[in-house]
Amino acid sequence: MSTTLKRVHGFLAEFDNVQDLYHAAEQVRDAGYQRWDVHSPFPIHGMDHAMGVKRSKLPYFVFFGGLTGTCVAFTLQTITQTTFWSDIGLGFLQKLAETYPTVVQAKPTHIWTLPAFFPVMFELTILFSAFTVLFGLLGHIGLPRLNHPLFVSKRFAKFSDDTFFVCIEARDAKFSQEGTKAFLEKIGGKNVELIEDDI
Amino acid sequence: MATATAHTTEAHTGPARILDREPLVLNNRSYSWITNRVCGIVENKQPLLWWILFVPSVLLTGLTVFCFAYLISTGVGVWGQKQPVAWAWDITNFVFWIGIGHAGTLISAILFLTRQKWRTSVNRAAEAMTIFAVMCAGLFPAFHVGRVWMVWFLAPIPNANAIWQNFKSPLLWDVFAVSTYFTVSAIFWFLGLVPDLATLRDRCKPGLRKALYGIFSLGWRGSNRHWSHYETAYMLLAALSTPLVLSVHSVVSFDFATSIVPGWHTTIFPPYFVAGAIFGGFAMVLTLMIPVSKIYGLGDLITPKHIDNMAKIILLTGTIVGYAYCMEFFIAYYGANKYELQTFQLRGLYGPSTWAYYFMFGFNVFAPQLFWYRPFRHNMWVVMFVCMCVNAGMWFERYVIIATTLERHLTPGSWRVYEATWVDKYTFLGTFGLFMMLFLLFLRFLPVIAIGEVKGVLPQSDAHNDGHGEKGIQEEDLMNYPDRHVAKSVA
Repeated sequence: MSTTLKRVHGFLAEFDNVQDLYHAAEQVRDAGYQRWDVHSPFPIHGMDHAMGVKRSKLPYFVFFGGLTGTCVAFTLQTITQTTFWSDIGLGFLQKLAETYPTVVQAKPTHIWTLPAFFPVMFELTILFSAFTVLFGLLGHIGLPRLNHPLFVSKRFAKFSDDTFFVCIEARDAKFSQEGTKAFLEKIGGKNVELIEDDI
Repeated sequence: MATATAHTTEAHTGPARILDREPLVLNNRSYSWITNRVCGIVENKQPLLWWILFVPSVLLTGLTVFCFAYLISTGVGVWGQKQPVAWAWDITNFVFWIGIGHAGTLISAILFLTRQKWRTSVNRAAEAMTIFAVMCAGLFPAFHVGRVWMVWFLAPIPNANAIWQNFKSPLLWDVFAVSTYFTVSAIFWFLGLVPDLATLRDRCKPGLRKALYGIFSLGWRGSNRHWSHYETAYMLLAALSTPLVLSVHSVVSFDFATSIVPGWHTTIFPPYFVAGAIFGGFAMVLTLMIPVSKIYGLGDLITPKHIDNMAKIILLTGTIVGYAYCMEFFIAYYGANKYELQTFQLRGLYGPSTWAYYFMFGFNVFAPQLFWYRPFRHNMWVVMFVCMCVNAGMWFERYVIIATTLERHLTPGSWRVYEATWVDKYTFLGTFGLFMMLFLLFLRFLPVIAIGEVKGVLPQSDAHNDGHGEKGIQEEDLMNYPDRHVAKSVA
């Protein structure tokens, strides 16, 4: 259903090169804006500092993701191939899984056969970590999504080619229809455009 | 201040110095030039040569499908394996293909961690190559199990027999290593593709293509708040892939090293296999990238510098491999195990398959030595020739280790010289078709060069490189980078 009502998303300003963008970002940061972003075809070294963005928390998630992998591999292998869980009084786990250790070349079935399990523990640590990286990243950045108000702008399509953008969103406390536009023009933004979203 | 100015002028007019860094992208190309050139490959009609290569590749893939169908319908006897040679071409091909993949991960992960910026022009294609090579590799052990429809027994899934895998076996480690390797490589590759798929999406007219690129680019909008997490994610994946790639070929080598077969039971195998894998993989990267660069006019992105660097890595790893060959021989003698010694004597001196050993040694150790000489590293014909030698040589290495060792097993009564059947040969030949077909489709539908990453290493992408903008950096900027700041602060 289409309506004539539109919601203002924010102002989009264009910059020609990385250096102008960098200085503009510093000024937006210093002006105290919170809800704003920079769009560039590639990651710009130092831009996090210019924007005042904090370091990503992703590594902490990945650490626990990896740890989960190690534990899964340890449990999987010890339950199916050793008597470890019975030895520590948790035999019901082994009964639950209905397992019979495979004895080859008289290798032991107690916990000290553990070094033979290291390769699989290592691989699953990596596997679980990698999945945590992927899904952790998507969770952090709120993607995938099929649309975004910015894609309404015809000029914005150049963000993935050679143009740089600063977008200050309307939900920022300091946003004002005239003031923000003037501010973006003052810091060197070109073709400042009002981005509106269908409700 | 005056000194700084004088210095600038001097550097500008003077001849290029020997220790100047060569630019990563030649001719000061702009961002949009890179976008147009790389996306153009996907958007324009493919050259005739693409079809000339694609059609035979599809036919060869069909050959592999036919051979496997014949194998399943007739039985594993159609392969040349007979006692004592129970592992032969299939495992050779498996190790060969999995090794090819390693260069892709080395370029994408290890060179990323060591901040080798030249990797950006070749990492995308090399990662694609990794994935396709691992696909080819996976076919062989899957069919080698005999009854391929039982291959799901490799996965730790509860089953009616209540019998679980033997996790103490290196063969099962291999299952985990290779499947993890494939998955992580695919994630890494996909994550790297996301920004470039967004570039393709933004250039498309509305329609099916735009919708598909749109879905796979996840709605990417180049936001710096996203890039910040993205770069962390990318680095984490690089840091995870680095030990992973070293572990994969180590685990592959455990298939042999943890056995008690003379000639296999050696501690040198893991590093030796990893070096060999990187060596063979780089040869395959160059085999693919030199023609791609020439055909699609990517000479400004894949420069002689890139090829030179990769040639040096081939020289280094080839020499490590040569050292391993010699050390194996020495330890066989020095270790005073007569079975071990005899295995090596039969392998290299008077056995039935010494020809394979000589091919291996010549192709892998002598051919790369040409790369000591700079003009050879800069002559594409010489580079291609050496790479072809290495591609073949690395296959022979695995053949020597696997088949010729088993031909002369402990019991002389069971000695038999291995002979490959036509099914063995055509199956292997067909996997080259599969590999090429996948690679050509990759060229057709996905950006062959990591557009975003290459843009990021251009001089004009440095936020502190004031005043040059789109034009690109001049030589003196690199030379006097610290001086400029001194001059500024004095002023």
